[in-house]
Formats: sequence, structure tokens, C-alpha cells
Amino acid sequence: MSITLSNISKRFGAFSALNNINLEIPDGDLVALLGPSGCGKTTLLRIIAGLEQADQGDVFLRGDKVTDKSVKNRHIGFVFQHYALFRHMTVFDNIAFGLRVKPSKDRPSEAVIRKRVHDLLSLVQLDWLHDRFPDQLSGGQRQRIALARALAVEPSVLLLDEPFGALDASVRKDLRLWLRHLHHELDVTTIFVTHDQEEAMEVASQIVVLNKGKIEQKGTPSEIYDSPSNDFVSHFIGQTNVFDLQKGDSAWLKSAGIVLDDAEGITAHVRPHHIGVEKLSDGSASPIILKDWQHLGATIRLELSNEGLNGSAKTIYAEMPSDQFKQLGLDKGDKVSLFIKHAHWFNLAKPQVPEAATDFYV
Amino acid sequence: MSQSNIMPGFRPAIGFTLFYLALIVLIPLSAMLLKTFQLSLDEYWAILTNPRVLASFRVSFGSALIAAAFSGIFGFIIAWTLVRYPFPGKKVFDALIDLPFALPTAVAGIVLAAIYEPKGWIGKLVMEAFGIQIAYKPLGIVFALIFIGLPFVVRTIEPVLQEFDKAMEEAAASLGATRLQTFIKVILPNILPAAITGFALAFARGVGEYGSVIFIAGNMPYVSEIVPLLIITKLEQYDYAGATAIGLTMLLLSFLLLLSVNGLQWWVRRRSGQL
Repeated sequence: MSITLSNISKRFGAFSALNNINLEIPDGDLVALLGPSGCGKTTLLRIIAGLEQADQGDVFLRGDKVTDKSVKNRHIGFVFQHYALFRHMTVFDNIAFGLRVKPSKDRPSEAVIRKRVHDLLSLVQLDWLHDRFPDQLSGGQRQRIALARALAVEPSVLLLDEPFGALDASVRKDLRLWLRHLHHELDVTTIFVTHDQEEAMEVASQIVVLNKGKIEQKGTPSEIYDSPSNDFVSHFIGQTNVFDLQKGDSAWLKSAGIVLDDAEGITAHVRPHHIGVEKLSDGSASPIILKDWQHLGATIRLELSNEGLNGSAKTIYAEMPSDQFKQLGLDKGDKVSLFIKHAHWFNLAKPQVPEAATDFYV
Repeated sequence: MSQSNIMPGFRPAIGFTLFYLALIVLIPLSAMLLKTFQLSLDEYWAILTNPRVLASFRVSFGSALIAAAFSGIFGFIIAWTLVRYPFPGKKVFDALIDLPFALPTAVAGIVLAAIYEPKGWIGKLVMEAFGIQIAYKPLGIVFALIFIGLPFVVRTIEPVLQEFDKAMEEAAASLGATRLQTFIKVILPNILPAAITGFALAFARGVGEYGSVIFIAGNMPYVSEIVPLLIITKLEQYDYAGATAIGLTMLLLSFLLLLSVNGLQWWVRRRSGQL
């Protein structure tokens, strides 16, 4: 185990930021700490780095207890959300910093430093910027320089705080894949913090979902997406339609052919692509109509409304491939029927218990 | 100037600026220059090389430089404390920093002299402990000028420290830098331009300071007599040309010193990518 957290708790005044966190991260993993803002993910990352002290619990890096070690002695690489590049130094000096501050007996010669910095600069594909100052770089370039700087000291663990948070959407997309490939190349255990579930899914090999200072679920992106362990995870990861059966949403399910005897405290979460739609003739009795639709590229998003349905006027979303949509020949205002291919069931009365989460296939 | 600016008013603004500079700065200074030209070059040189005048220049510029250096160090520590650490009464303390700006300098001088004179509260202790006399000696001038110069340094460094991104310190630590290395290699270079500005302001103020110094200096010719006092003395003797000659020289020297400080400033900023 490269990183082990045992019983980490942290309070800020009356606010409990982290609550008994236990987590093991194997060597070489690329892990996303994912959660809404204020869930404690950045605090947890800073505790691993030693930039913040936990009130309780221990941090182990490569088997060594480092709880009482300062950040300087933990041998980690940390990339800050706003990069924190030394703005009075050139790109070259920024990257060389970690090598130049080593005690003189460990410090490499200036020639070795020069070679190492240029190697790192070519790794991040920015060698041509070596004599610029940080203020002269774009956000994406700064991010990559910050990463090169952190890698210069050959850390055993790489920690990134919202690494793509401050970047343009297009730059962010490029850098995500680049980071994933870089990780393959370097094989350094890496943890990054994000609030963007798409980013976590795309980059990480393991996702840790945090909420209100607790770990909700840990697993591969597929596990998290396909079998969320509770309603929070299901709602937070990906798009989902929530049917609260007690609030009369059972009518929706009834119209899809699902009838439950006892609906108390039960919610059903259905992904848009798990909802099938069929066109009905205008005279049919179905209360569901296609209110609107949007072209999202490969898929079409359908806005379905049941305004005619008693008690619960709301809109749900379905998605289907655009070819299929064309074949169906649907138009705004058409009456449709729906069928649910797959749902996750949660018992809200006991939100932490996944007992009701038996998959329901039709 | 086409009307592409959102805020109009280039002409009146530049007009006012030029008018102001002429009326308040340039005309009085040229008057001084003209008055000095009543002297021949030999006379001018004789006034300047008078041993008493030379000594007063040494006292004025020397004590202002030493005081500005100390103000720089003390001011940095105080600004650091005010920005970084919460403590009770911080707001009051913060307000007290500006007091030397507002206090009539003569009042400050009298109070300082009373405290630091050999029989004063602190002066007595220092006298007994180290045998050093503060007031009525050049050291007293330095004390008064530190008192006057400190707020300039604190107020120029404070906003820069406030804006300083603490993540840079954390980054340095995460890269293995010691606290001393972090301070010298990361914090100091970012604060230095502001510290130099504060130093220059404190120095400029110190050279021209009159009110607070004359009460504590002792005003012994050749030892603790400052240039402004010498000018006043000449004026009292109706030696206007002599007074302006000294004044003009002082102006030129101050200008040259500030120019070199600005040059240093430019060099520091350029080296650290802030230009």
C-alpha cells in the first residue's frame, strides 16, 4: 500500500470537515477524490501532504508513519490549484528549485540540474519556455510547469488539488488525457481532487466519492457508475432521473409498467439512457408527451413531460442514439410510452443501506 | 486623443497636472536656483566646502541612511506581524503605526528627547546599562528618524505581503526547502521592491526632517548639526544666497540618491520578472 489513511478526522471550529476517513491506495494508482464543494476533499489532500494536520488519525506513506512529519520531509509532489509558481523566477529556476534547495551533500551538480530540468521540460513539452516568467504563460502552460516542478524532486506520491479547475474547457480536455498518459509513463501514485465527475471518470483508475466529510464509495469508474452504493453517489455521478415514489412519482413507473406494493421511502434512480421511448398514436391514452429535444452529438436528449398526469407534473430526461431517434420519427408534442431498462433502488429511510439497491430489469 | 476612452477629460487633467507641477514645484525650485546664481562659482564652492557645512551633510545623509535601513528591517517585521498573525488589539496597533504621520514633528522631537535624554526614562536605563548616551548625540538623530520613517516602510510592505500567495510558501516547503530557504528565496524577492520603495521614502523624509530632530540632536556644530538647521541659521543671518546654495546642493544630492534607488528598484524588478 502506497498511501494508507487510518481514522482521519478534522474539525474547523464547530464544522466537522472529515469524519473517520479510512482509505488505502495501492502503489501506482491514479485516484480521484471526488465530491461537491465543502465535502472535505481538499482538506484530505492537504492532510496527506502534511500542509494540514489532522485532529486524529494517522497517515502512512509507503508503510512509514508520517503523521508527525512536516511537508518538507514527506517527499511528496504537490500541485496547487492556482499553480503557486514562484513568480520572481523563470520557468527553469522554478523547476530547478526543489533540486537547488537540497542540502549540499545531496544536491546534484549544476550540470545535472540543467539536464534534469530540460528533461522535465520536454516531458511536459514546454522546453521552449524555459526562460519565461510565470506571468508570461497561459493557464495550461503554468499547470504543466507546476507539474514539472513537483516531479523534479522525484516524489513518491503526486498530489494535485483541482488540477484543471482554473482552465478553459478545451485546454482542460487535452490536459486530462495528457495527465492520464503521463501517469502511465511515470507510474507515480497520484491523487487528484476534483468536483467534476466527468473529469474523475475520464482520468482516474479509482474514484473515491466524498460527501460531508465521509467516504460514500470507492471503486473503479465503472463500479461507481454502474453500481452506486447509495442515492448520493447515484445522483452525483452522471445524469440521473430521481423518482420519489412517496411523492407520487410512482405514476411514472406505473406508466412504464412497474408496480410496487409498498413504496414507502423508496426512490428509483434511472439513467437517461436506461429509459426507452416509443411513439404512440395521437389518440392513445398515454399522459406522457415529448416536450422538447436537444441534439448532443451522438445522442439525442428527450425532455419528457407528464403534465396531464395527476399529481406530479415534472420533466424527466431520456437519451438515445441519434440514429434511433431518426428512425422513431418523433416530433415535439408527440405522445409516447416509456419503458425502464434499468433502475437503482434506494431506501431513503435508511440512506446508507444499499439493501434496496437490487437492480431492476424489465 | 480620440474619444475611445470611457472616462473623458484628458485635456483638463493634464492641464491641471502641469499647472500644479509648475506652481508648487517648478517655480519655487527655479527661484531657488536663480537665487543661488547670484553667487559666483567660487563663492558657491567656498560655502559648500566649509568644514561645518560638510560635517552637517555627513550628519544629515549618514543618519538618514542608517535610520532608513533600520526602518526597513523593523518595518518589515511589523508589517509581517500585522499581516500574518491575529492578536488582540491588532486594529488599535495598526492605527498607531500611522501616528508619526499625524503628530506634529516638534511634539515628537520633544517627547523623544525627554525620554532618551541621559536622565529620561529610557535614556537613564541605557546610560546605566551600556554607558551610551542617546539624546543630544548623532544617535538621537537616528532614533528620531526611525520614529518618523517607520510608517512609510510598514505601509508600503503591508499591501504586498497581504497579496502574497501563501501557496508559494507551501510549494517551497513541499519541494523540500527549509524555512530559511523559503524566506530568502521565495518571500524576500517578492517583498524586496516594496521594501526598497519604503526605504527610499523613509530616507527622503529623513533627509529633510527638521522638527523632530532639532530637539533631540543637541545641534552641536560638526557633530550633530543637520543641514536643514544650518539653512535656518543662515536665513536668520539674512544670508539668503548661502542658504539657497546649501538647499540646492541638498536637493541635487537627494535627487541623485533617489534616482539610484529607483535604478536599484528597476534592476530588482527586472531580475525577478516583474517588469
